[in-house]
Amino acid sequence: MTTSHAHPPASPAATPGAPRETTEGPVYTVTGGDWDEVVQAAAKTDDERIVVNMGPQHPSTHGVLRLILEIDGETVTEARCGIGYLHTGIEKNLEYRTWTQGTTFVTRMDYLTPFFNEAAYCLGVEKLLGIEDQIPDRATVVRVLLMELNRLSSHLVCIATGGMELGATTIMIYGFRDRELVLDLYELITGLRMNHAYIRPGGLAQDLPPGAVDQLREFLRTMKQNLPEYDKLATGNPIFKARMQDIGYLDLAGCMALGATGPVLRSAGLAHDLRKTDPYCGYETYDFEVPTADTCDSYGRFLIRLEEMRQSLRIIEQCIDRLEPGPVMVGDKKIAWPAQLALGPDGLGNSLDHIKKIMGTSMEALIHHFKLVTEGFRVPAGQVYAAVESPKGELGAHIVSDGSTRPYRVHFRDPSFTNLQAMAAMCEGGQVADVIVAVASIDPVMGGVDR
Amino acid sequence: MSDRPQDRRPGSPPDDRPNPEKELSEQNLPGQRGEHGEEIRVQRGMFGANNGGDTSGYGGLVRSVRLPGAATRPYGGYFDEVADELEGALEEQGLVPEHAIEKTVVDRAELTFHIEREHLLQVARTLRDDPALRFELCTGVSAVHYPEDKGRELHAVYHLRSLTHGRLIRVEVSAPDRDPRIPSLVTVYPTNDWHEREAYDFFGLIFDGHPALTRIMMPDDWQGFPQRKDYPLGGIAVEYKGAQIPAPDQRRSYS
Repeated sequence: MTTSHAHPPASPAATPGAPRETTEGPVYTVTGGDWDEVVQAAAKTDDERIVVNMGPQHPSTHGVLRLILEIDGETVTEARCGIGYLHTGIEKNLEYRTWTQGTTFVTRMDYLTPFFNEAAYCLGVEKLLGIEDQIPDRATVVRVLLMELNRLSSHLVCIATGGMELGATTIMIYGFRDRELVLDLYELITGLRMNHAYIRPGGLAQDLPPGAVDQLREFLRTMKQNLPEYDKLATGNPIFKARMQDIGYLDLAGCMALGATGPVLRSAGLAHDLRKTDPYCGYETYDFEVPTADTCDSYGRFLIRLEEMRQSLRIIEQCIDRLEPGPVMVGDKKIAWPAQLALGPDGLGNSLDHIKKIMGTSMEALIHHFKLVTEGFRVPAGQVYAAVESPKGELGAHIVSDGSTRPYRVHFRDPSFTNLQAMAAMCEGGQVADVIVAVASIDPVMGGVDR
Repeated sequence: MSDRPQDRRPGSPPDDRPNPEKELSEQNLPGQRGEHGEEIRVQRGMFGANNGGDTSGYGGLVRSVRLPGAATRPYGGYFDEVADELEGALEEQGLVPEHAIEKTVVDRAELTFHIEREHLLQVARTLRDDPALRFELCTGVSAVHYPEDKGRELHAVYHLRSLTHGRLIRVEVSAPDRDPRIPSLVTVYPTNDWHEREAYDFFGLIFDGHPALTRIMMPDDWQGFPQRKDYPLGGIAVEYKGAQIPAPDQRRSYS
């Protein structure tokens, strides 16, 4: 952590631990336990105004977020974000891969909501292809199922890490315990705990494995027992409430101006949820509610996340009831991914039966396979915007095609990126300790912010 | 390797070779081709097989890249109402709608207004404030670089959502590469602050009137604008099981 005074005192020094003079004032570099020196040095100056640089590698900044706080005593007078530490050039990289390979990249953006990234991208590509109506029902139901599981796991991490940053380590243990159950389901269904690339343009990479439905039902039973524990532990807890209530305040006008969506917007009382207002994947046919709060604060956002998890369980239940046997990839063989996967002795891989068939019996299938895998399919020129309601807010994909086998341009409107702009409005004028609570209530994930 | 973007740089000599696609009769062509839409570039060759020694015939392939063109009325759905209200509101402000709205495109059930950049601020304010329009929420800016669309190389694309009416429209503005300036919408939609910084960082689009247009993702001292088409992706070749796998932007392209 580095602090700097706005006005330089007149003592340049070169001894270890002494301030380094810069044009901005003396800079104290603090590592380990010499915080006392800074306090002493700060006490010597006549000015209370200190600029504190928090992060980018600070345990409570949700990854590599850098906060630049100007503090006067314990009050934050100005707060700014420094981002870009996790920029990986995903949007540029997508322009050099086929449309199907794109899912492998987008799943890594906001690594806590991989299925939403994949779904937004694939819905956009399908809209460009004009095949939205041909996506098999089973694929759409499984997409909804996975997205709602993902909403659970994302909110669990948010509540767990948010609790930990307040010092509530029990809630952290609870949150990660339950997230582990969701990750086990991911692993069962997609083969991976993260970075799935399971939702593909045209459908899914593969069908649900045998036994998945039973495991999902078992999970629902467990979660229905576990979710009330958060209520009992935190909702009425006076310390928890004292730390969260009226912290990170942002009202409806602020949300609209700053483009904040998701729980931040709903905590200001507006029940705006794309699943209801602009439905996709058949969400209009599911029975669920959109919780809101009118407190505009971190506590309201916590309650909304808790209630959204209950609603997600309801949707998952309905998904399981709707699962009918059928294909999970679009019927058009010029688009559908040709490979078949099967479980081998060393894990999930290409189905030996399928390879035997294309290598031994069907020249056309082999050519098709080769062309689709190496070259990919062509997407008619044009542009679309596909948006889904991710746990953090509106996740939009602006996709442009020039009629070739690769995207011409893909831009993601990540909710974390947009919502993080509200940090200054939420924190300025408050206490330093409340900055952490406010940032945690936005729930930014730097993989999504920086892409 | 003519299909690599860096070879399609603006400033390369004008392409006056014949485009056989124009001469072919429509009945002999696959469905996608023809005169519809707006040509943004002509794609020649494939697999990089267009210089001497090409016996594959792929080097002779010619394809016009066309984006959907202006739509005619009726646009369908709520699109007509939005267009009518916008045109009416602009007229009330003493602006000829045809001067501000360059063209209106309806494609894949999405409505796009192409706006002249000098009128963008006024149009955006009208879209936000007019009671019949009320596009309160801007989802930010996405920029696109079309290096061969002369005079309109850089596009800024805004998606506006009306929560009051449950509508979504797209507003598109273009600027030439030699004068990449577009008015900033931060005064109308403060959320565009970071989005415009991002578009500047990656495309070099200068948003006039932005309070602090600095880089946001790339380091402050970075040279160039990485998501422009003339900026190479970079990367190094990798050896895998004895074979050299070229960097992604050097690999064979099928388009």
